[in-house]
Amino acid sequence: MIRQLYQSIREYKRDTFLTPVFVILEVFMEALIPYTIALLVNDIRAGAGIGVILSYAWKLLAMSLVSLAGGYIAGMTCSKASCGFAKNLRHDVFANIQGFSFTNIDRFSNASLVTRLTTDIQNIQMAFMQVIRGAIRAPLNLIFSFFMAYYMGGSMAVIFLFVIPFLAIALFAIIKITLPVFRKGFPMIDRLNASVEENVKGIRVVKSYVREDYEKEKFGKASNDIRRIFTKAERILAFNNPVMQMSMYVVMLFVLSVGSKHIIADGTLDIGQFSTLLTYSFQILSSLMMLSMIFVMMTFSEESVQRVCEVLREKSTLTSKENAITEIKDGSIDFDHVTFKYKKDADKAVLSDIDLHIRSGETIGIIGGTGSAKSSLVQLIPRLYDVSEGTVRVGKQDVRNIDLVTLRDSVGMVLQKNVLFSGTVADNIRWGDPNADMEEIKHVCHLACADEFIDQFPKGYDTWIEQGGTNVSGGQKQRLCIARALLKKPKILILDDSTSAVDTKTDALIRKAMKEYIPETTKIIIAQRTSSVEDADRIIVMNDGKIDQIGTSEELLRTNAIYREVYLSQNREGTENIDEQEVAA
Amino acid sequence: MKNRTAGMLDTVKRLIRYMFRFYPVMLPVIIIFILANAVISSLPSIFQQNVVAVLEEAWGTGASWETVQPAVMHFVYILAGLYAVSLILGFAYNQLMAIFTQGFLDKIRREMFEHMESLPIRYFDTHKRGDIMSHYTNDVDAMRQMISQAFPQLLISAITIVSILCIMCYYSIPMAIVILLGAAVTITITKKIGGKSAKYFMAQQKAVARTEGVVEEMINGQKVVKVFNHEMQIQQEFDQVNEELFEAAYEANRYSNTLMPILNNVNYIVYVMVAVMGGVFLGLNFPNLSVSGLPFSIAVIVPFLGMSRQFAGSIQQISPQINSTVMGIAGASRIFALLDEQPETDEGYVELVNATEKNGVLEEAHEKTGLWAWKHPHQADGTITYTPLKGNIQFYDVDFSYNPDKVILHNITLYGKPGQKIAFVGATGAGKTTITNLINRFYDIADGKIRYDGININKIKKSSLRKSLGIILQDTVLFTGTVMDNIRYGRLDATDEECIAAAKLAGADGFIRHLPQGYNTMLAGDGSSLSQGQCQLLAIARCAVADPPVMIMDEATSSIDTRTEQIVQAGMDRLMNGRTVFVIAHRLSTVKNSNVIIVLDHGHIIERGTHDELIAAKGQYYQLYTGAFELE
Repeated sequence: MIRQLYQSIREYKRDTFLTPVFVILEVFMEALIPYTIALLVNDIRAGAGIGVILSYAWKLLAMSLVSLAGGYIAGMTCSKASCGFAKNLRHDVFANIQGFSFTNIDRFSNASLVTRLTTDIQNIQMAFMQVIRGAIRAPLNLIFSFFMAYYMGGSMAVIFLFVIPFLAIALFAIIKITLPVFRKGFPMIDRLNASVEENVKGIRVVKSYVREDYEKEKFGKASNDIRRIFTKAERILAFNNPVMQMSMYVVMLFVLSVGSKHIIADGTLDIGQFSTLLTYSFQILSSLMMLSMIFVMMTFSEESVQRVCEVLREKSTLTSKENAITEIKDGSIDFDHVTFKYKKDADKAVLSDIDLHIRSGETIGIIGGTGSAKSSLVQLIPRLYDVSEGTVRVGKQDVRNIDLVTLRDSVGMVLQKNVLFSGTVADNIRWGDPNADMEEIKHVCHLACADEFIDQFPKGYDTWIEQGGTNVSGGQKQRLCIARALLKKPKILILDDSTSAVDTKTDALIRKAMKEYIPETTKIIIAQRTSSVEDADRIIVMNDGKIDQIGTSEELLRTNAIYREVYLSQNREGTENIDEQEVAA
Repeated sequence: MKNRTAGMLDTVKRLIRYMFRFYPVMLPVIIIFILANAVISSLPSIFQQNVVAVLEEAWGTGASWETVQPAVMHFVYILAGLYAVSLILGFAYNQLMAIFTQGFLDKIRREMFEHMESLPIRYFDTHKRGDIMSHYTNDVDAMRQMISQAFPQLLISAITIVSILCIMCYYSIPMAIVILLGAAVTITITKKIGGKSAKYFMAQQKAVARTEGVVEEMINGQKVVKVFNHEMQIQQEFDQVNEELFEAAYEANRYSNTLMPILNNVNYIVYVMVAVMGGVFLGLNFPNLSVSGLPFSIAVIVPFLGMSRQFAGSIQQISPQINSTVMGIAGASRIFALLDEQPETDEGYVELVNATEKNGVLEEAHEKTGLWAWKHPHQADGTITYTPLKGNIQFYDVDFSYNPDKVILHNITLYGKPGQKIAFVGATGAGKTTITNLINRFYDIADGKIRYDGININKIKKSSLRKSLGIILQDTVLFTGTVMDNIRYGRLDATDEECIAAAKLAGADGFIRHLPQGYNTMLAGDGSSLSQGQCQLLAIARCAVADPPVMIMDEATSSIDTRTEQIVQAGMDRLMNGRTVFVIAHRLSTVKNSNVIIVLDHGHIIERGTHDELIAAKGQYYQLYTGAFELE
């Protein structure tokens, strides 16, 4: 795991390794200063002249400046190293996601991928900074200070042999006890917030059923549970301060009493050392405190590291073959005994034994209920998923032998859950072809019946589309998505329930335009409304992962129960076939 | 600027009032303990001075340890005693602080939530969900940091600084000035670098938000990216914002990461200056100026070394605490703003009660009878009349506006009789949902009258009014809990059998039995484990258990596919039987069998009639129905 992250340091290796070097310089000087001061104090006591004192002053000033420089440079390099490392890591994670197949994408929820790319990596950045600076600084400080204390105080340093283990054990014990309590507590806060969000979202339901008091009681209980568990955790954590104070006090009393004895009785200690010992003891104890804090941070970031590495380790389940075919002859599609499962170990196949042959230029309609695997069927064509058994061929070639870019460029697909991206209308359409000029863009928008509303926007094709396309209606969004796919001039065009929010009249116009302007393109239309597929060359009725029947609308009306049921439910009056008019609200 | 400071001061005052209100005894105790502990913690330098003075003298006279020991140990014992007190105080206040902080947060959270539940729908319609949530997450957290860390730390620092300052002046004012000068330098540097750092941290925060936005958009559109072979372009775009984030983060961290070593070493320089100046004063026989009148001696200089560290440490502690105090106050003021929102008022006095009928006269009953009546006390003559609950809704010339400058509904007059289905059709913003918002008094009308069973709804208690109305919305809201809990939400005293019967009526029983634990299956809050159709069926069952005479269905089936809709529709039709139903529908097929269809346009009723009448009239409805017109 660490090795995996290490690879993301790259050009920031220099800064990463320089940081500890300068930290050592800083800490070393820092440890030397109190010692020098002890010498100075002794000389002052012995009645040193101004000259001696000043020479000490210069020496000490130089030490402080060196220490400052070391600390300053380490601060710079560690910032650069940690921010740079985080940048590379974000790049690597994002790049790996770009290589994901649909199967990989399905495995992670969108929200979790976003968290991993943002919050998790931010945590890792902080931990990284701690490792190259704090995790070096604190123990070094501890060791240097202890060494200096021993060097100066001799047997006096013995007190630290008691105090350091005592404090270390106490601090880590406190962490050990509180961590699980906090781990239990944080999800409770998340749950409480989730329940507030539920209430805000569902306030109309709460008020309609007059459930305010009920909700208050529920919330009060949850809030009180949180209070209990966190009070418990914080009360244990609150031992930190007194324990630290106690250690400090013990050292203080020890130095004052035993130190005085040494000074007077055997002269193994002098006043300078006496005063400096206290400085060192303070440094030793606060380093321990730092260490325990770093330890807490590292423990919390461990989960982030795991979550990020999980994405980095995920290998794409779909790749182009070497020497793959880069040309597709025509828009014919063949399914040879295709079986498909989303997960290898799934019991039930989503599609089973599909045998289907579509000629280049044909228009195919697909009808079927929710869960009949209409979308799964068409997603195999641009190889969004790989078949479990059998073969899918485009232009008579197995899709697994065709280069992925070539294949997906030739197969235009308008997904059911479609999105527009923030940018102008023209930017969005240009996804189909980055080099398209305005003429071409206007042409495809005309085909998709999108020009009528685009022309009414004050800024026309330069109108800014908000993230997720929230500032256009459902029907407008669908038409823009169709235009975008048309601009690819694909050999095969797949519309997966892409006109559900468009009124029937416009729907018909779009189909007419496609028939006239791209007659050679193979068109596959999945729809809820029978009116959207009525004029197709052939209609496939899907049921429970199998092809129920294939035929023209008239044939199916006569012979297919499912088709007839759907058709009649939408045309109950008989006179009008526009029953399922959707009012896009 | 002045206003802002005054505002902050008010917030602090109010916060302190709250804290005292919740913990009138504990809080003063905590404060006293903290103060006492801080004072004791700054005392050692005095003892150090005394001990060193004793040692100096002993050294001068060549006295043996045995003769000096009692004097030294005398101080050591007093100090040990003080330390013991300090430890006890320290332990006590740390414990109390943990109890206080969590208790205070619990109380404030509850007060926020309870107040929020009492707010009118208008509050929820005019505030973003994320903003409301942020009160519970960010604002409470900012307040926690301020209360549990910043306040005590500031208190300790302030006391330490003052006590050390006093001790310093007691021994030597010139030495104190040396340390104060050092402190001035520290403060200047902190202000300068800290200010820059704060600015760059804001920039970093912005860059983080932008990156998050881009990441979210790209990840959500990942499948489209793949279909269009757009991976490379996306990566380039991402790398660009990533680079910007790096620049901002580097800039921000550079300042904060160098501040500590700079201050540390400035403190060392001050430390050095103290030693050197002490030497110089002593060497030059500089006359000391002090409260105690002690002359310069090694015993005076040595404690200053320790005090300079302590003093600098306390000053260094202040700056991060000021940051979190400012953030905490901002959070507290936002929480107070929520608490200051006006709660929903209710002047209604007509109540819904259980009733029995005796000899054709309604009487109030204290047990559940299945028969409901409006209990209407008349103030004029002190009598009480009982009107049976039927579900008769009448609008007379109702005008309404959310904002005074834009009228949403004009002269709406309509009748809904028990058993009738009234449908509203029209474009977004035509006022369909607004009408339903008025019936249950989520909003109050500006002009005109709405009567429920002949009673002006303003006279009816809101809780009674709403209990008599069922509502099913487009976005079904289910709550975290079991399937059974969610159905019982309609009526808390419903038995399991009643809930199951309601589920059967709604047509939900079938799928519920197929769930892993049937009616005891836990649902996540958003019902993510169920399909939209299933969620909707549960919402219908919930409404069925409440058994209200009047129902409102706002786009209840618009997000369900047509085949599922038929199943849901069947459940709804069974439920609607015998009730007054107001329907707002997405698909015209669902409103076709209504008794009255009302077509709204910009807050006016432009057409009304049955489906056949409206088709025959060839007006707006006809156009919508034939698909010649698209409502965007």
